[in-house]
Amino acid sequence: MSAAIGAGELQVEEQRPKGSPEDSARAVGRRRATPYLLLLPGMAWLIVFFVLPMLTLLGTSTQTRPPGAEIGVYEQTFRFANYPEAINEYLAVFARSFGYALIATVAALVISYPLAYAIAFKAGRWKNLLLVAVVAPFFVSFLLRTIAWKQILADEGWVVSALKALHILGPQDHIINSAPAVVIGITYNFLPFMILPIYASIERVDSRIMEAAADLYANVFTAMRRVMFPLSLPGVVAGTLLTFIPAAGDYVNAFLLGNRNTTMIGNVIDSRFLVVVDYPTAAVLSVTLMAAILFLVFFYIRRAGTEELV
Amino acid sequence: MSTSTGARQRPAAVSKQSIGSKVGRWFGRNSIRIYAALAFTYLFIPVAYTLVFSFNDSGRSNYSWQGFTLDKWKNPCGAPDVCPALATSLKVGFLATAVATVLGTMIAFALARHRFHGRTTTNLTIFLPMATPEVVMGASLLALFLNLKINLGFTTIVIAHVMFCISFVVVTVKARIASLDPRLEQAAMDLYADEVQTFRRVTLPLVAPGILAAALLAFSLSFDDFIITNFNSGTVNTFPKFVYVSSLRGIPAQANVIASAMFFIALIAVLIGQVVTAGRKRQKA
Repeated sequence: MSAAIGAGELQVEEQRPKGSPEDSARAVGRRRATPYLLLLPGMAWLIVFFVLPMLTLLGTSTQTRPPGAEIGVYEQTFRFANYPEAINEYLAVFARSFGYALIATVAALVISYPLAYAIAFKAGRWKNLLLVAVVAPFFVSFLLRTIAWKQILADEGWVVSALKALHILGPQDHIINSAPAVVIGITYNFLPFMILPIYASIERVDSRIMEAAADLYANVFTAMRRVMFPLSLPGVVAGTLLTFIPAAGDYVNAFLLGNRNTTMIGNVIDSRFLVVVDYPTAAVLSVTLMAAILFLVFFYIRRAGTEELV
Repeated sequence: MSTSTGARQRPAAVSKQSIGSKVGRWFGRNSIRIYAALAFTYLFIPVAYTLVFSFNDSGRSNYSWQGFTLDKWKNPCGAPDVCPALATSLKVGFLATAVATVLGTMIAFALARHRFHGRTTTNLTIFLPMATPEVVMGASLLALFLNLKINLGFTTIVIAHVMFCISFVVVTVKARIASLDPRLEQAAMDLYADEVQTFRRVTLPLVAPGILAAALLAFSLSFDDFIITNFNSGTVNTFPKFVYVSSLRGIPAQANVIASAMFFIALIAVLIGQVVTAGRKRQKA
């Protein structure tokens, strides 16, 4: 890459050996400016519509409603007590969101890892087709997929009937509108974010390494645990992060598949912002969610020892 | 006679035993394939539901099976508000994809091909939107629009979609540029192509599949987005927002028709891409 650029520079110098010094200085200047010109429009967009909003949100989080003001009118009073108040009120909801996200992430890992392994090493010439098949379900609209789970887990659906026939569920039990239903929905909806990074990581591993482990008297599970899993760790770290982050912030699954007691922090932010018009509380909760996630991501990446991800 | 039956019985017993252990061994050897088959079943059950219920002869609510009909496929705009919402989603999708693909590709080239100050900050700014929950991005952008007293609507949806698509375009295109053989460009330079010619005739065609993949990803992200859109759309209806809002009073089967059609269009696009790349590889070999 740098060699190609070097060749280009060399040619420019050769083309203008007799040019005035200002000419070549201008050419060098243009070359130096090129990356900044390429970056400018995209980075400007991200700064104005991502960084600036984040700062605005920070500002909103310490606002208060002046006495006698209309609904939705707030002024900046730097009231940091907004934080402990809102966090205390919604501590249980935060804990629930992270709990659901954690269970869903582990479930997605258990589903995805063997599947990614099978596609990478056992699929032969069907590999690319199976990869398409892994992604294909997610071409169906996110919301309709979740609605489909609502139908699958409904009381009159075949899943509940089968579980009742097997006496796993009692005659009065439900799955829909419960915590398990929300976790099932979250697990399903973010699966590609788990499968694809793990697949990319496993696929790069030389498959003969498993044979080598077998030759050294490791059984399949030992070889998996001690050889394959450590080698595919970057994919596992990326997959778990890419699943956990949207899962912790999701509120569609809790809305469609849950009940009043499965409310997640996303539901609260959504209703505080759009229904109750309590902007400061919604901002406090958003900032706290973001900070908690960045904190977790940072420590998780350090523990897993794959700093090159960031 | 007795010896022959004995002789006949013994191998039968042996083979019976070996059938049992054969089955056991077959399961052992294929356990990962069986697991994969079960996982694929799990992946496709909700898709099957969506497809099947697009043929449901239902009224306003599409939750339970009423009988087979092709009416909804013949008349996908039959339910109120479905097609205007779909049209908005497609318009937003095309516009956001076009802008995000151009801006993201430019950033990808800057990152992959140039040295400059502020690379770490740039990388962080690209990474952060992908690590931020959608609800936080949606809420923060709404906070900005409210502060600046900007009216919510079509424009603010497009602005939001371009914002969250850029990072994914950068990552996809950058990966493609990094995988290029630098000798191809050196060869072009050796053959007296200047920088612009090399870029247009060699680099760009080689990176094009990556840009196309990034555009498809951006479109699918934009078309399927609900959370950020819900915060920044005002009264404008997109297809996911339509489904969410009508989930309370019953989703018309036409929504399933549109989702199924989009599923097949995306599937065909990806399969064509696979066939083309496979054909190219064969040509090379």
